Amino acid sequence: MNMIKLSWKYLIAKPLSTGLNILLLALGLAIITVLILIQDQFENKMTKDAEGIDLVVGAKGSPLQLILSSVYHIDFPTGNIDLKDAMALSKNRLVKNIIPLGLGDNYQGYRIVGTNHDYLALYSATFSQGIAWEKPFEVVLGHEVAEKIGLKTGDTFIGSHGIGSSSHEHDAHPYVITGILAPMGNVLDKLILTSIESVWYTHDEEHDHATHEAPVAKKGFPVTDQDREVTALLIQYRNPIAAVQLPRFINSKSALQAASPSFEISRLFELLGIGVKLIQGLAIVIIIIAGLGIFIALFNSLKERKYDLAVMRTLGASSWQLFLHIVLEGVILTILGAVVGIAIGHLFLVILVMQNDQGAISTLSAAVFLKEELWILGYAVIVGILASLIPAWNAYQTDIAKQLTKA
Amino acid sequence: MILRANNIEFYYDSKQKFKIPDINLDTGEQMLILGKSGSGKTTILNIIAGLLKPRSGKVEIGQTDIYALKGSQFDKFRGKNIGIIFQKPHILVPLTVEENLQLANFFVEENTHLIEPLLKELGIWDKRKAKINTLSEGEAQRVSIARALVNKPKLILADEPTASLDDENAASVVRLLQEQARKYGAALIIVTHDQRVKDHISNQIIIGGQL
Ligand SMILES: Nc1ncnc2c1ncn2[C@@H]1O[C@H](COP(=O)(O)OP(=O)(O)OP(=O)(O)O)[C@@H](O)[C@H]1O
Ligand SMILES: [Mg+2]
Repeated sequence: MNMIKLSWKYLIAKPLSTGLNILLLALGLAIITVLILIQDQFENKMTKDAEGIDLVVGAKGSPLQLILSSVYHIDFPTGNIDLKDAMALSKNRLVKNIIPLGLGDNYQGYRIVGTNHDYLALYSATFSQGIAWEKPFEVVLGHEVAEKIGLKTGDTFIGSHGIGSSSHEHDAHPYVITGILAPMGNVLDKLILTSIESVWYTHDEEHDHATHEAPVAKKGFPVTDQDREVTALLIQYRNPIAAVQLPRFINSKSALQAASPSFEISRLFELLGIGVKLIQGLAIVIIIIAGLGIFIALFNSLKERKYDLAVMRTLGASSWQLFLHIVLEGVILTILGAVVGIAIGHLFLVILVMQNDQGAISTLSAAVFLKEELWILGYAVIVGILASLIPAWNAYQTDIAKQLTKA
Repeated sequence: MILRANNIEFYYDSKQKFKIPDINLDTGEQMLILGKSGSGKTTILNIIAGLLKPRSGKVEIGQTDIYALKGSQFDKFRGKNIGIIFQKPHILVPLTVEENLQLANFFVEENTHLIEPLLKELGIWDKRKAKINTLSEGEAQRVSIARALVNKPKLILADEPTASLDDENAASVVRLLQEQARKYGAALIIVTHDQRVKDHISNQIIIGGQL
């Protein structure tokens, strides 16, 4: 026998009240756990995906949409821009490197991104199979794409128009897979990468076989005398002055829009933050109610237990042991609540991820444990102590003789 | 002398003072305190048990002036040296029979290894894992006797231990109390107004006038 076992025995003697209190607290803490997990992973992922990209240039529209579509590949592009405008920009002395992107097609919902080899270098991509594209219609699959659609190097497929699944297929040219990326843990995992030229040629009405066999541009822009378009440009600054001058310069030119990923992301988090705060508030209200529930349960049980407490005193228990006995009950309850809550939170995330195998949520992982979750445990213990303090003090003051003489 | 309670004065209301005789007991000695309902039997027992501080006078158990003890020292002394049996068997319901006895050992931080022999002698060894609310009243009272004895107290105090029992159980409870007290060398005081107990112990004092 020891103090923890003693408190535990009293808890399980009232399974309904104990279970309800644990569940209520667990619910509040589960919400907080999910919020922490999602927030942390989203922020991590979003920062990681935008690393090395100082500025994104695209067609006029919402700057946030531009960033989401061309950095994270989750929203629709704002439109296309003239290749000439893009190339003019690449001559600007404030620009260190420029990576063109051509979007617009997909295969089974996975976006086909026309770009050059600098895009691979930007994320330090490594291959698990094959090599990068060299000619038009050669593609490289992200790890997850390859896994989900079950294709390997040498296989071919036909892309569809549009960036979501559905819409009509291009009948002419199949893509040939030349390589598959190793798991990167970033946005590349969900992309099909190819050359700008591939994207252009799939949309052409006539097919010129000579150009289809010519090697594609591995750096910069493809050389062409035709009027061509790209969707967006990822720009790296040459120096800090560029951060001040370049966006202003580009935005003043009527056709183009420049947006900074870091600025737009922090704006997005600010917007999301309001929602997160609301849910957090709700969770805290639930936790407070759970704390009150524990307080009421202990306080009520104390009335019936005064006798038991007096008997314990006659058996040699000190006032402090009675105090500890009650506090332990509160703390055991809340620790169980926290453990169950954290477990429910992770389980919820597992289910959430299972139901969304594409899109932003599918990149989340439920198998991540954060040190913030230890804080949850800590807060729960504090709730337990606070809820049991007054009942414990009552127990401490038990008047033995009076309790025992009462009928 | 194992118990010396001399010149004890006590009152709840200063207009109604209890007349409390001096009580002195040797090791292994047994005593019956008789008195009408409301005469102050429980009050005296509480004073001797260290549960109710007298207005004046000393209660000594062994060589210790118990009301001079402080805080948890007092609690440990009480747990170790005084075994109390109440009118109703106040056994802790969330615990099993055995755990009730283990708890008594735990609070005085001493394993007396008496749980098994006591439960066997009192005929409730088979019930050691039983839930308290499945016990009969007689069994429950025997559990409370076992628990009062498990810390090997020097003094056993029983407050109307037979009040809610039938003749047969009442006799057996008194007999068990006497036997066990003798066996473990403890002094025994039984407080009662139950006439059935009178014949078992010759050393008697009566408080609050004639019965
Ligand atoms: N805490 C208290 N405060 C005030 N008066 C009390 C208190 N406890 C007991 N009394 C009174 O003191 C007197 C003696 O009570 P006590 O419980 O000692 O009687 P008793 O002899 O044990 O009676 P019974 O045989 O009914 O148990 C009674 O009149 C009772 O009302
Ligand atoms: Mg009484």
